[in-house]
Amino acid sequence: MKEKMVLYFPSTVTEQPFIYYLVKDFNLLINILKANINPRKEGRIVVEISGEKTDFAAGLDFLQARGVKVFPLEQEIIWVEERCTHCGACAVICPVNALELNRTTMKIEFHGDRCVVCEHCLKACPSRAMEARY
Amino acid sequence: MKKTIEEINARIKTGKAVVVTAEELIPMVMEQGIAETARNVDVITTGTFGPMCSSGAFLNLGHPVPRMKMTKVLLNGVEAYAGVAAVDVYLGATQIPETDPANKNFPGEFNYGGGHVLEELVAGKEVLMEAMAYGTDCYPRKKLEKMIRLEDLPQAFLFNPRNAYQNYNVAVNLSDRTLYTYMGILKPNLGNANYSTSGQLSPLFNDPYYRTIGPGTKIFLGGGVGFVSWYGTQHNPQAPRDDNGVPTSPAGTLAVIGDLKQMSPRWLRGISYLGYGASLMVGLGIPLPVLDEDVVRFAALSDSEIFAPVVDYSESYPQGLGQVLGKVSYAELRSGEISVNGKKVPTAPLSSYYGAREIAAILKEWIMQGEFLLTAPVFNLPRDKGLPDYRSLVFPAEA
Repeated sequence: MKEKMVLYFPSTVTEQPFIYYLVKDFNLLINILKANINPRKEGRIVVEISGEKTDFAAGLDFLQARGVKVFPLEQEIIWVEERCTHCGACAVICPVNALELNRTTMKIEFHGDRCVVCEHCLKACPSRAMEARY
Repeated sequence: MKKTIEEINARIKTGKAVVVTAEELIPMVMEQGIAETARNVDVITTGTFGPMCSSGAFLNLGHPVPRMKMTKVLLNGVEAYAGVAAVDVYLGATQIPETDPANKNFPGEFNYGGGHVLEELVAGKEVLMEAMAYGTDCYPRKKLEKMIRLEDLPQAFLFNPRNAYQNYNVAVNLSDRTLYTYMGILKPNLGNANYSTSGQLSPLFNDPYYRTIGPGTKIFLGGGVGFVSWYGTQHNPQAPRDDNGVPTSPAGTLAVIGDLKQMSPRWLRGISYLGYGASLMVGLGIPLPVLDEDVVRFAALSDSEIFAPVVDYSESYPQGLGQVLGKVSYAELRSGEISVNGKKVPTAPLSSYYGAREIAAILKEWIMQGEFLLTAPVFNLPRDKGLPDYRSLVFPAEA
């Protein structure tokens, strides 16, 4: 299985090499899409993890047992539909077509599963209908 | 086939008028032909919902006690022009707060401006007014800070000097750096092509020679009822036209007016263009009375029959060179991809076609319910470089 998610590292564990263990001990494929450490030393990465179902579950258990929090990606970038004017300005800025202009309805559709949290849409949206929450 | 506005209004009043949107008209004409459609349809509705920088509102802020001749007025930190009578101001859509860093840290975000204040006012929210004055014998007060609401203002009307542009550029970027423009973010090396009209639904595309749209025409404006008040700034009816008579570059514009108190934040929306500035998205719709077959003939032109010029915003536009890289149809633009200099370029609209469609539908509903009667223009918009023909009070005017 393959899934995109967001991992939060409390400041106490930020310096531990979790990715190494996920690869070596759980045989998981890790694709880091985005990573940063804030001034409070909390870490946050956006990753795509793939591997066998049992390895996947065991890997996530391992992370959570050590205080790493796992969140689904869709909760990161929010499309505030009532602020959206369906103009379409975001559609050519989003690099992964998570924001897409349906050419029949001419409405914007947000596919959270495709989002890689690059955040380009936040400032490309004229009516500021995209919000980051974390 | 000829109809008069009076005949059409009589049908609207009895609920018998046949009203279609400019989009619905296209397949009708394909099936029934122009003559039959002109007989059957009374009114065609159009719409557009896009960024219209040349917008703003006159507000009368009401006299405080003691009275005041305001010389500087800030609304939520955004300056409104106070160089008119004592408590009258004009709040422009693109005005930004004095504290905004603008493009000092490029590209600036421009998260708030006059358009946002207008949106908050029509949403019924409280806005902080700060006013300063030098004081006179008749207007002694020098300072005032107060929360205001739209409903408390004696008068407030939107008065936009240039809206509803008849056609507009398709903006591209031939350079190797990202551009931040009023046409949105333009990625380098023809990364995207942005356009900004509602094409076949756009008011002036449906009446390319301004036969029924002119000063006095009653319209949908910002969710309320407004009027065309004049020809807009930069109105250029002499722009080149194709064989159908439709301009192939930016041409006619409208100055429009309407009571701000009737309007809705759904159709007046403060917006921000990264690296460019703040603005206002305005919803505008105009009904066309089917006075003759020509009204239908022009309105039935579809996106595949109207064309926009592709312009490079790295050089040609800013330097005013007037070079056009080619013409593309609105059907191609709306498909999501055009071809420029042999390269496939993804397109994005800045004008909401979905919103335009909804406005045309709302206007249709108002007319079908007998709530909205049509008006004839008082005189025709200029069709050449000369002044408008103020004597052309006879309707319909000659095309």
